[in-house]
Amino acid sequence: MEKEEKIKKLRLSFDSVLNEITDLKELNDLKITYLGKKSEITELSKSLGSFDEAERKEMGASLNELRNYINDSIDSLRVKMELDVINSKLESDAIDVTLPSTNITIGSAHPLERTIEDIEQLFISMGYDIVEGPEVEQDLYNFEMLNLPKGHPARDAQDSFYITEEMLLRSQTSPVQVRTMLANDKKEPIRILCPGKTFRRDSDDATHSHQFTQIEGLVVDKNISLADLKGTFDVLAKHLFGKSRETRFRPSFYPFTEPSVELDTSCFNCGGKGCNICKGTGWITIGGAGVVHPNVLKMSGYDPELYTGFAFGMGVERIAMLKYGITDIRTFYNNDLRSIVQFDKKGGE
Amino acid sequence: MRISLNWLNDYVDVKDENAVEVAEKITKAGVNVEGIKGTNIKNLVIGYVENRTDHPNSDHLNVCTVNIGTEVLQIVCGASNADKGQKVIVAKVGAILPGDFEIKKATIRGVESVGMICALYELGLEDKEANYDKGIHVLPADAEVGGDPLAYLGLDDIIYELDLNPNRNDCLCHLGFAYETAAVLGKTVTLPETKTTPSKENIKDVFGVEVETDNCTMFKTRIVKDVVIGESPAFIKNRLTSAGMRSINNVVDISNYIMLEYGQPLHFYDKDKVGDKIVVRMATDGEKTVTLDGKERKLIADDVLITNGNDTLGIAGVMGGASSEVDSNTKNILIESAMFNPYNIRYTSIRLDLRSEASLRFEKGLNYEYTEEALERACYLLEKYASGTVMEGHVSYDVVDKTPKTASVSRDKINAVLGMVLKHEDIMASFKKLDFKVIEEDNVYNVVIPNRRMDVSIREDLIEEVGRLYGYDKIVQKLPIAPMKQGGYNPKTSFCKQISNRMRSLGLNEVRTYSLISKEESNLFKYNKNEELLLQLPLSVDKSVFRQSIIPSLLKVVDYNLARNAKDINIYEISNVYYKKNEDYIEDTKLSFAMFGNYINNNWQNRNIKIDFYVVKGIVENLLDYLGLNGRYTVQKGTNIPNEMHPGISAEVIVDNEFIGYFGTVHPSINKLPIFVGEFSTNRLFSHNTGGLKYKETSKFPSITKDIAFIFKKDVEAKDIIKVIRKKGGKILQDVDVFDVYIGDKIDDDSKSIALSLTFMDTNKTLTDDEVNALLNNIISEVETKLKGVLRNK
Repeated sequence: MEKEEKIKKLRLSFDSVLNEITDLKELNDLKITYLGKKSEITELSKSLGSFDEAERKEMGASLNELRNYINDSIDSLRVKMELDVINSKLESDAIDVTLPSTNITIGSAHPLERTIEDIEQLFISMGYDIVEGPEVEQDLYNFEMLNLPKGHPARDAQDSFYITEEMLLRSQTSPVQVRTMLANDKKEPIRILCPGKTFRRDSDDATHSHQFTQIEGLVVDKNISLADLKGTFDVLAKHLFGKSRETRFRPSFYPFTEPSVELDTSCFNCGGKGCNICKGTGWITIGGAGVVHPNVLKMSGYDPELYTGFAFGMGVERIAMLKYGITDIRTFYNNDLRSIVQFDKKGGE
Repeated sequence: MRISLNWLNDYVDVKDENAVEVAEKITKAGVNVEGIKGTNIKNLVIGYVENRTDHPNSDHLNVCTVNIGTEVLQIVCGASNADKGQKVIVAKVGAILPGDFEIKKATIRGVESVGMICALYELGLEDKEANYDKGIHVLPADAEVGGDPLAYLGLDDIIYELDLNPNRNDCLCHLGFAYETAAVLGKTVTLPETKTTPSKENIKDVFGVEVETDNCTMFKTRIVKDVVIGESPAFIKNRLTSAGMRSINNVVDISNYIMLEYGQPLHFYDKDKVGDKIVVRMATDGEKTVTLDGKERKLIADDVLITNGNDTLGIAGVMGGASSEVDSNTKNILIESAMFNPYNIRYTSIRLDLRSEASLRFEKGLNYEYTEEALERACYLLEKYASGTVMEGHVSYDVVDKTPKTASVSRDKINAVLGMVLKHEDIMASFKKLDFKVIEEDNVYNVVIPNRRMDVSIREDLIEEVGRLYGYDKIVQKLPIAPMKQGGYNPKTSFCKQISNRMRSLGLNEVRTYSLISKEESNLFKYNKNEELLLQLPLSVDKSVFRQSIIPSLLKVVDYNLARNAKDINIYEISNVYYKKNEDYIEDTKLSFAMFGNYINNNWQNRNIKIDFYVVKGIVENLLDYLGLNGRYTVQKGTNIPNEMHPGISAEVIVDNEFIGYFGTVHPSINKLPIFVGEFSTNRLFSHNTGGLKYKETSKFPSITKDIAFIFKKDVEAKDIIKVIRKKGGKILQDVDVFDVYIGDKIDDDSKSIALSLTFMDTNKTLTDDEVNALLNNIISEVETKLKGVLRNK
């Protein structure tokens, strides 16, 4: 029974040493001390062969039990100690999450570009091609082929920057219509949208800009009428200013359309009751339009007896000002970054 | 154009109409009534000053007792002309005068005052500056106490302010606007009275007209003798005032009155100063004349002149001369009612900077019927209001083509263009309202267009007339019916939009600057020596050239934002630039950017990423890689870089041996701050555009990385080191990365140490260390021979 005593003593000594363990290394050493190849338990196990069968069984079971006890105790202490290590790391890792971030920004589109692309996407979805033309343009395309011969009083409304007698900075995007119709050899139907920069001799102030942006649309086909223009404008107005917008035509005059109309939408601010944005009228003018003048069709090689068309034009600055509540047109050209970065934000549509 | 409703009512009955509703209807039908101004101020009354005493506590105020019929008010008045026994205009408590000035009961220096005695300028009826000294307005004795003073003065008028489309010159007169009003309201027009009682004496016996130019098509004259120059009757004065013109005397006023009535500018000559004939001729180049304003004018051969055969009497349609002017002693008046070639009047008036209400009407073209009628009307008014005697007959030159203007349109065409379904009755009703004569035959309407409507001449004009009167609000809208097709951008636009999106992703904000810049700016950052586009007539010197580079504009934006305390500026713009090459106008679309400050901010961790050459280079390379140009571009020191760039901190970008653009720091002489800019030709980039994206299988085999360091002479460029290594490394050398550059004490002054990390990988097998080492040794000896690099460690 000397050996039984020894097992008991081993257990007691293990318990007391285990209590002193402070880190994982000591724990590993402890395991080697008690369960390693040179441990007393291993020595005892080796000596079991010298016992008779009954004693051996009894001793073997006791040794196993001790071995399991030590293993379990060490494992559970290890789990606890590992958890303690993690917990203390978590504690020391903790940061002030309220300190400022590393700023991650991407650039913003210019508000005019944003407005242009919005309108472009709408018309692309209706099968329009986006067409561009030169900003330095011939008088021929900018005026004459748009039914505005030299000396025509209506040219007064578009005081232009000339480079030579025949070349000018285009005062409107309409010459792109002419170029597109002329370039169409087979004189097939046309559905285009022409955005671009335009220039007029206006002194810059809150509502005027010598450089501005227009978007022009042209549809030429058989059986195109004012009703088609009205429907198209209605889609645009609702897209830009909300589904509950109403639209109306007001008779107007443009040399390149006949009949000509102003495109009005019910005021998005007051809904038509009248406010300072619509100057009390309940309506806001978005642009001008009309049925393409037969002279314009003829000059560009389209037979006005076979084809009709509608054209519309609008100022992008005006639309952006209305849509985003910008009150000074110079905002677009000052490029104050505090203004521009506001446009890095999704729309509400 | 300003329209007085009192005046309009002479020709079309509008007195019982609601002025606001009528304006709305007219606007909807196409003549834009932009503003409505009324002089119907409430709570004004005619009062009688029963007594006036000096104010006890003031040396210039009066205390008046004013009877206004229903009661007697005590009013303190500051006007020096206020006196007992006057009939005056009283603004009662509650009246709101122009400028939102509300009359309230007040105590002025201890005396109670209930109301205000008014001057005309205080009611907005006269100019304040010119009439301030006149004091309060004293009404004639027949004014009825308690009555409405504005009605008594004929000033209870409503004014429409028209914003006319340039084609509607028919509405530049009350009569023309009356036809439009009648059409909209479905009423008829009453024409003005023109009947006179001429004397036996016939003008033909005493006067002649000769016209020697095609640029005058009608020149009609009559003579009215023995006029008495004096004040105009109140209605003429009031109506001219309403229209924004000043009353001068009865004769001058009549000529202006008729211009506003018929749209026909007249000229009145002092017959006795003219002589016995008028000759209309073209001026000769260099000829001089003195106009009414006393200025000498140099003429050209395109100016039309009115002469008496010897002396010039005036420049036709533009301005008369002093020699034949009507003055207070004038007795006999020669009236001219004429038509000239609008283009001549337009160019002469623009050239001499003498555009007037009259020249404006001449240049827009006149209705010959009114040219005739206005002459008769002038005689009538001179007879009635200037006591003149009209001489029998007129002397006229007249070559106007009077063939009636006609156009035809079918019902089908009307409905096809308007997109409406108008019935025969609807169309006829529109023409009837317009007072157009129509004969309908097989659904085709043959229309005689009145001369007053010069804007109507072709089929489409008739369609518009029918449509606008029927009402565009009755259009049933639809979308065009056409074969379905895909819409989209052209490839170049698409390419630029892709670049734009990538620049934004890289953190740059899009800006839009003016294409016109100053001459000084245009000399900076010039792409090449091409001829620039100069404006003939710029608005200002700072916007006189169409730019060839966007960078000067971007530098201005940088300054603008720095001045507003911006710290970090990352901007780009894509814009067209133009220049002239030989006779051609060349367009290029430039991508330009400017960067300053930090690219990424993290102050408290001291981890800001400052914008320097290598950040900017990273942005440029990212863009080029995105465009699929990886391996096809080189960034190098270059000769194509403008002088405005820092020569040591700038590089050019070459794609397939073509110069695409440059970037780097601006030269310190341009800006002391380290501002980084770049400019690229998207046209050139586009010409190297790549096809679609193709997926490359990733390798299943591991890679091996080896680090080596060399010492080189300082002038050996990283670009060449990498090139030599890559060439020798061949296909299995996947990547070469510089991870350290050292210049300092530990090596010679003229040397630098560069450490590189080389990654090897074979897509077909696992590389062995021996294979890689063998290759690495080859690479090392190549660097040693080609670049004189000395291996530091391996």
